Amino acid sequence: MTADQSRIRNFCIVAHIDHGKSTLADRIIEKTGLLTSREMQAQVLDNMELERERGITIKAQTVRTVYKAQDGEEYIFNLIDTPGHVDFNYEVSRSLAACDGAILVVDAAQGIEAQTLANVYLALDHDLDVFPVINKIDLPSADPQRVIEEIEDVIGIEAQDAPLISAKNGIGIEEVLEQVVKKIPAPSGDPAGALQALIFDSLYDSYKGVIIFCRIMEGTVKRGTRIRMMATGARQEVVEVGYFGAGQFIPCEELSAGMVGYITASIKNVKDTAVGDTVTDDDRPCAEPLPGYKKVQSMVYCGMYPADGAKYPDLRDALEKLQLNDASLHYEPETSVALGFGFRCGFLGLLHLEVIQERLEREYNLDLVTTAPGVIYKVHRTNGEVIELTNPSNLPDPSEIEYMEEPVVSAEIMVTSEYIGSIMELCQERRGRYLGMEYIEGTRALLKYELPLNEIIYDFFDALKSRSRGYASFDYDIKGYEQSRLVKLDILINREEVDALSFIVHADSAYERGRKMCEKLKDEIPRHLFEIPIQAAVGGKIIARETVKAVRKDVLAKCYGGDITRKKKLLEKQKEGKKRMRQIGNVEIPQKAFMSVLKLDDK
Amino acid sequence: MTNKRELELYFHIPFCIRKCLYCDFLSAPADRRTKERYMEALLRETRGRAGDYRDYRVVSVFIGGGTPSTVSPEQIAGLLKTVREGFGLAEDAEITIEVNPGTVDENRLRLYRRAGINRLSIGLQSAEDRELEALGRIHTYGQFLETYHMARECGFSNINVDLMSALPGQTLSGWMGTLGRVLALEPAPEHISAYSLILEEGTPLYEMAERGELQLPDEECDRLMYEKTEELLRSAGYHRYEISNYARPGYECRHNCGYWRRREYLGLGIGAASLIGDCRFRNGDSLTAYLEDPLGSREEVQELTLQERMEEFMFLGLRLTEGVSPAEFREAFGKDMEEAYGTVIERNLREGLLEYREEEYPDRMFARHGGERSERTGGRRLALTKKGIDVSNRVMAQFLL
Repeated sequence: MTADQSRIRNFCIVAHIDHGKSTLADRIIEKTGLLTSREMQAQVLDNMELERERGITIKAQTVRTVYKAQDGEEYIFNLIDTPGHVDFNYEVSRSLAACDGAILVVDAAQGIEAQTLANVYLALDHDLDVFPVINKIDLPSADPQRVIEEIEDVIGIEAQDAPLISAKNGIGIEEVLEQVVKKIPAPSGDPAGALQALIFDSLYDSYKGVIIFCRIMEGTVKRGTRIRMMATGARQEVVEVGYFGAGQFIPCEELSAGMVGYITASIKNVKDTAVGDTVTDDDRPCAEPLPGYKKVQSMVYCGMYPADGAKYPDLRDALEKLQLNDASLHYEPETSVALGFGFRCGFLGLLHLEVIQERLEREYNLDLVTTAPGVIYKVHRTNGEVIELTNPSNLPDPSEIEYMEEPVVSAEIMVTSEYIGSIMELCQERRGRYLGMEYIEGTRALLKYELPLNEIIYDFFDALKSRSRGYASFDYDIKGYEQSRLVKLDILINREEVDALSFIVHADSAYERGRKMCEKLKDEIPRHLFEIPIQAAVGGKIIARETVKAVRKDVLAKCYGGDITRKKKLLEKQKEGKKRMRQIGNVEIPQKAFMSVLKLDDK
Repeated sequence: MTNKRELELYFHIPFCIRKCLYCDFLSAPADRRTKERYMEALLRETRGRAGDYRDYRVVSVFIGGGTPSTVSPEQIAGLLKTVREGFGLAEDAEITIEVNPGTVDENRLRLYRRAGINRLSIGLQSAEDRELEALGRIHTYGQFLETYHMARECGFSNINVDLMSALPGQTLSGWMGTLGRVLALEPAPEHISAYSLILEEGTPLYEMAERGELQLPDEECDRLMYEKTEELLRSAGYHRYEISNYARPGYECRHNCGYWRRREYLGLGIGAASLIGDCRFRNGDSLTAYLEDPLGSREEVQELTLQERMEEFMFLGLRLTEGVSPAEFREAFGKDMEEAYGTVIERNLREGLLEYREEEYPDRMFARHGGERSERTGGRRLALTKKGIDVSNRVMAQFLL
């Protein structure tokens, strides 16, 4: 079906978390009539099980619906959902690049929040036309007029005619749809031009191969077109093109400039279809790729091991399958003295790591031991060789190290003025280098810092939120590598070094971290029948020590009235606890202890 | 008659004057009418079930609770009468009732004797009134003395006293004091149960501990109390035949040993558990449902697999000081204990938690109950060491396959 460009609207929804983005998306899909109410599952866009449970969107999703407007015309709406976490910032930016406009959802009671700003600026950066919608007007505490003024004052966009809606109860949705037609521009681009399509996501399907999600900027693509991915160089012949029904792929004749849809071309690996890459016609290529493509790099690495060594092949198969769908997941085999055979895995960030970990455990039924995440360090050896270190255990002997470098990011933190002090304190604690500060709107400031990546991958985001009562937004870009005084901190349990617990740390924080690590492990490791010393060491020198005392008594004294089942349950519980343990020497260590380093600032 | 299978009966009386602060048993205060209706229902259940056990003879009866002495002695007598009518009750059967000081008078005790009860288990817990109060007990030490002496006068020659260590505010010397006063009774009890206090979730005492309101003895002191109890009671002529139970020779509680030896028992009343053949089952906890239909409240029927029976054989048998017999294991399951549990046994032997011993008590234990001896196979037995007893949960858990 060839569509008149003036009848197409490509847009997304931006919002602070919990302000109702997914609910509004559901209503739009429902009201435009592609789905009956019965077919609606709550939040149809977030279709991965995990996404629904966590209430966040991980993979960009998109859906096409048809809306019959008050002017009597039918419009095609392409609603592109965007991920909502800093780990996936690049994916967000590519999704936005595929849109022509955005709906900004603001909670009528809470008003503008940190993430609202970050998201709306991101959309404005991509030259999207943004119009606001005030949601949750049926809440008793709703104050739409105040929120409208706030939007105009703080963001500086017109908000007087913002639709007042309740996405949950379906109030005001019609008005939103009308404004999509009126306020979001129709796409442009020449259907006869050289093909130029932006990949904003891709998905592996076992029948069709890779399904490329794209926005056609120029030209037309159809079955038989010989396409080329400009960055990866992959070439294939198109098998099918189509658009996105809710939860299904609907084939069509062709996709032309201005349209959003999918392409399949018997591509075997999502690595060939990198997000942000440009698809062109190999026989008539466009002059230049679309701007903004970046090669996605893993930022955070950790070791993943099956709790049961025999499950190693299962873990390998599961990682292989996940990677088909997730080009930003990297893995390679490694061996640990403590944990046996496993994989060193690379992720975009900590959330990405957690998501993969949960999917492995849930969808593939694997019981995992995960080691402390770290970044990639560059180790310059005295012989001139440079190693990219992802596993602390592979650090060469200090005598062979000339110097080491660690990745540094430029960070921008937006915060209201009352929290400037506490956020600056946090950045200083994390070895941040202050670059400057700008005031925005009088009460809001943009703090600029350079921070070592290894200081922010763990709990920086949480610390930021708790120290600003949620009212800080944070964004960062990798700046590059800088020389740094780094050491490897080793942990000895019952006088045996446990390689899987080693981590790289700045020399100045080694003592503090070592001490906290020992304290944490002391709490994590259950008492045994003997005393267990826990020590932290740098270069063979012990810098901290704790002791897990021996158990002297563990008796179920009373066992009453022949209720054996109850007693057995108690013993089973005790035995069950042991299952999630890893035997190191003669000490049993719970699996979660290997992540202890993440939680050093908990208390 | 002697070739009939042996059966133990347990009656649950879920009533008390007031819940103690540490108690998480199925028990609560109730009015007279409820108690009467319950006892009637219990009679109905007993009569109704009796027919299933024609091939058995009852070798022990245990009336536990709650505080069984809070229902009228006539009803207790009625219950035992029903047992005699419906079941074959062995002449030398051990018949125990649990009582609390302050809930029995001379009349009641005489009625118990007349009904055939030959063993009394008195819940004392502590000889310090301050500690009794802290536990929410309903009586004083003085009241215990009264009950105890009255029981002796009424002819009870087999008495157990329940004691509890590791109480809030208790010191080692305080605990020794309690033990000392109990041993000094004239005549001293034949049997002593010495448990350490366990804070069960959901009890007021647990909540208080969570809030940090209790000064509980630390683990080291708790363990020391355990150790000293054994030393003291041994020197006073008691032997520890089970983790928390001590007896003068021949006065081991036959009923309780039955649980550890996987003898068949039938539990009657709400929440009461049974083991018949290789099947474990239990009555429901609901009083209302029980009053309505005492025979219809059976739930949680579990047919034990071979593996479960082996597990039970081990973790139950190890509670007894005599331990478990490899020969009996072989006889029961057709395979060697070492085959099923080789690595576990070896590890625990190495760590000094288990040991093999030559049979130790065969002559004295159960001397009063003829017949037991013949079942015993003699030879090597596997048992917890002293150190093993201290951490017995850890040892036993390993025997779950």
